[in-house]
This record gives sequence, structure tokens and C-alpha cells, in this order.
Amino acid sequence: MFDDFFIRALVAGIGVAFVTGPLGCFVIWRRLSYFGDTLSHSALLGVTMAYSFEFNIAISVFIISSAIALILIQLQKKTNLPGDALLGLLAHSSLAVGLVVIGFLAFIRFDIMGLLFGDILAVTVNDIIIIWAGGALILLVLKLIWKPLFASTVNYELAEAEGLNPDRAKAIFTILMAAIIAISIKMVGLLLITGMLIIPAAMARNISDNPPKMVLFSIIGGLLSVVIGLFSSLEFNTASGPSIITAALFLFILSLLKIKQSIQLKN
Amino acid sequence: MGSNSNTLVKLKNAGYQQNDKWLVKGVSLEVEKGKIVTLIGPNGSGKSTTAKIALGIYKKIDGEVEKYTNKVGYVPQKVSIDWTLPLRVRDFMVLTESIKEEAIDEALSLTGVVHLKHKNLGNLSGGEFQRVLLARAISKKPDLLVLDEPVQGVDFTGEIALYELIKKISEELNCGILLISHDLHTVMSATDHVVCLNGHVCCSGSPIDVAKNNEYKALFGEQAAQTLSIYEHKHDHVHSHEGEIKKN
Repeated sequence: MFDDFFIRALVAGIGVAFVTGPLGCFVIWRRLSYFGDTLSHSALLGVTMAYSFEFNIAISVFIISSAIALILIQLQKKTNLPGDALLGLLAHSSLAVGLVVIGFLAFIRFDIMGLLFGDILAVTVNDIIIIWAGGALILLVLKLIWKPLFASTVNYELAEAEGLNPDRAKAIFTILMAAIIAISIKMVGLLLITGMLIIPAAMARNISDNPPKMVLFSIIGGLLSVVIGLFSSLEFNTASGPSIITAALFLFILSLLKIKQSIQLKN
Repeated sequence: MGSNSNTLVKLKNAGYQQNDKWLVKGVSLEVEKGKIVTLIGPNGSGKSTTAKIALGIYKKIDGEVEKYTNKVGYVPQKVSIDWTLPLRVRDFMVLTESIKEEAIDEALSLTGVVHLKHKNLGNLSGGEFQRVLLARAISKKPDLLVLDEPVQGVDFTGEIALYELIKKISEELNCGILLISHDLHTVMSATDHVVCLNGHVCCSGSPIDVAKNNEYKALFGEQAAQTLSIYEHKHDHVHSHEGEIKKN
């Protein structure tokens, strides 16, 4: 019934959704939407590096995105520019440099649309292994730093005063963000990865009243988006990334109905 | 001040500057098990800064701070909870340490807000939130409690009850308390040691000693000095017919 590539895409997408769910909640709680965007834009540079040096794409993207994150932290300390200006600077300059480097790689056939918007045909068994092994590792680390990360998200000084070392948790979380972008870039594409992080979590926020519930709904929302999105991309022959994000958007709109209801109940 | 095994945190000539301005300078104090140390002083005198130095929130400090415990409960002066976080009182109680359900209930009962356990944190009133903050700090049975104006926004009867609770906790848990408060009446009746700040340590000692101190009087006025003296129950001055105060 399904072609083999489709099953591969489904398995890969489900793996991605399990990880973007909880990470996306932190992206929303900590107001990191544009930070995620910057990292994913810099991923293009990582991809071109991978092609230039015949290196694994996920690892290359991970290295470049982590480097950009570290540069950002340094710039925040050493300049007086506001955070959003620095994010924009890094996002667009790394995207531009990536595209310039692609120009030099004319000898390689390069599917730039697939790179920007995701390509289910491109998902290999190797990618699935990277997504599931990498994803499991990301979730494990996230579980280990959950307490300090969450506490410092609520109130930095409480976490610091009560001995939780929030700075370390924040640094590790930054690396986890680079990692999820690295492993999911083939599925969703680098322009839409942040959507996969934010939209299911935003949907979950609308229908949850406590953190564990929001994480759970965020995962469920991500899984539904992947399944619905991939089936419709097969049906309508659309790119996989945009289809998944569109499905997530529909779920978000549905969740707005729930908000309306609860407001009416209160009145 | 020689440190001993009862010392929980000790500041030696500590100071902190921000943007080239000293927020507080040259503070020495020590909090011991079972003792309540109170910081008083006018606005901007560095009370909260001193607390944050003691807690290790400020790291680039002048002087030294020695902390002998990691079991700390903190009630900050200002806490803003973001609406993007769906957070119930119960979730907030286990924020920095996983504690048992009974311990959560017990602490919330002590501060009189157990009925709010499943309420969203954003829906609480200022006074209710303050009670939750205090409950959270004591629920983990800390060695050191740092309370930065813990009863702000709490109604008058609640204020007295909470101060009594704080005193009781320091005895029961044998924990040290670093307290910041504006309410001289209530504070003085429960405090072992008072440090009066005004960008530096203006004076320190037992409540009685501080009340007699001339710098303290200059800072807070004669009225405040009398407030403290009430707890002494000895009168060190007489009133003339014109209402003037004469020293004995």
C-alpha cells in the first residue's frame, strides 16, 4: 500500500515529534522562538559544509549550530546590541554565507528546495537511526536537566539561590536545540523546523493548565501533525515540511475553540 | 566573629557593585542555626543585595562569602511568573526539590493556603501568592531560610501569624533565618541579631543595642527608636511637659 520511502518518512517524523514536543515547550516558556530560527538558518551553512567535506549532514549541522549558539552568547556579553538584533544578524548572515558557499559547489547536484522545506524522499535508513538514537539521547539529557532548567525558567534567582546551577542547564539546553535541528533538518527543512518546535507546543498551551500536561499534549500534537502532514503530502504531492507544519497549524486552530469554551465557562 | 559548626553562612566585608555603583559595601554578618538575623534599612540601602550575596546569586563580589549549606529556602522580594507557563500552586511547590505530597499539604496548611493547592499561580492575589512563596521555602525543611520581605501584601492578622510561624519554624527546624523586613514592631520581638544597613553596615547588634545607636536614630528617626525600645520594657528617656524627649 505504501511505498517504502513513505514508511521511512513516517518512522523518522514520529521520532522527531517525540523530541520537538518537550523541547518546544521550553522554547515557548523561555521565549526562544527566534533563537530556534537563528539556529536553523545557520544549519544551511552546516549542510554546505557537509557537502564540501563529504561529512555526515546531521553532525555537520550540529557543529555549526552549536558554534553559532556560542558566538551568540559571546556577542551578548561583549556588545550593547539588543538580543533580537544579534539573532537577526547571525540568522541572515549565516544563511547568506551558506547560500554563497552553495554557489561554489556547482559541481554537486543540490536540491535546495528539499533542504529549505524538507524532503521525505531523502530520508534514508541511516537518517532514521540518527533521529531515533540522537532523539533518545536528547530526551535523556533533557530529563536529567529538567529540574534546574524548569526552575530557572520559572524564576532564575530561586533556582540559583537554592543550588540548582541554572547557567549550566541553560548551556546544555542550547546544545540540545542545536541537536534537534541537526537531526530533523531533512524531514522538515531548515526554514520550518522552528514551526515544528513552536506550533504543537503553542497548541498544547491552549489546552493545558500544568507543565506535564502541556508537554504531553505537545508531543501528541507533533505526532498527529507528522502523520496527517505526511499522508496529505503523499495525497497532494506537496513538500513534506510545509504539509506537516500546515497540519500543526490546523490543530492549533482547533485548540483555539477550547480556549473560547473555557472563557465562556468562566463568565 | 569566629565561625563555628553552627555557622550556616558568613559574609566577610562583602560588597557588590553594578554599573560602577556600589549597591552595598563592607557587610560582615553571620547566620547561625536556630538564629534569626534581620536586615533593616531604608529603600536602596542594599538589603536585598546583601541577601543575594549571601545566597550566591551575585558571584562577582567584593570580600568573601562562606556558605556551609546547600539546603536553602528563599523567598525573593519580587517574583514575576510568566503567563506563558501554565503553573499550579502544586507544581510551584516542587520547583527546586521533589517533596512528598504530605509535606506540600503541611507547608501550605501552615501558611493557610492549602485550599489553593490546585489553583493556577497566576490567579492568586498578592497576599495569597506571598503565603505560597513562604510555604514553598519552608516545605523543603531547609537549613537556611532567606526571607526578603516575606509578608508584603499580607493582611494585618495574617502578618502577625506569619511572623509567629517564622519564629516557630526557626525553633522547630533549628534553621537559621536571614530576614528582611520593614515592620520594626514585629521584627524586633523575634530577632536575635539586627543589622542596620545604609549602603554599608550602619550598626548591628541585639535589637536593644541597635535601638540605642545614634546612627540608627539618625536614619530612622526618634519614633523608630522608641518602637524598638518598647521591646526593651525599660525606659531610657522621660517626656517633658512640652512633649520633648529627654535622655535619662
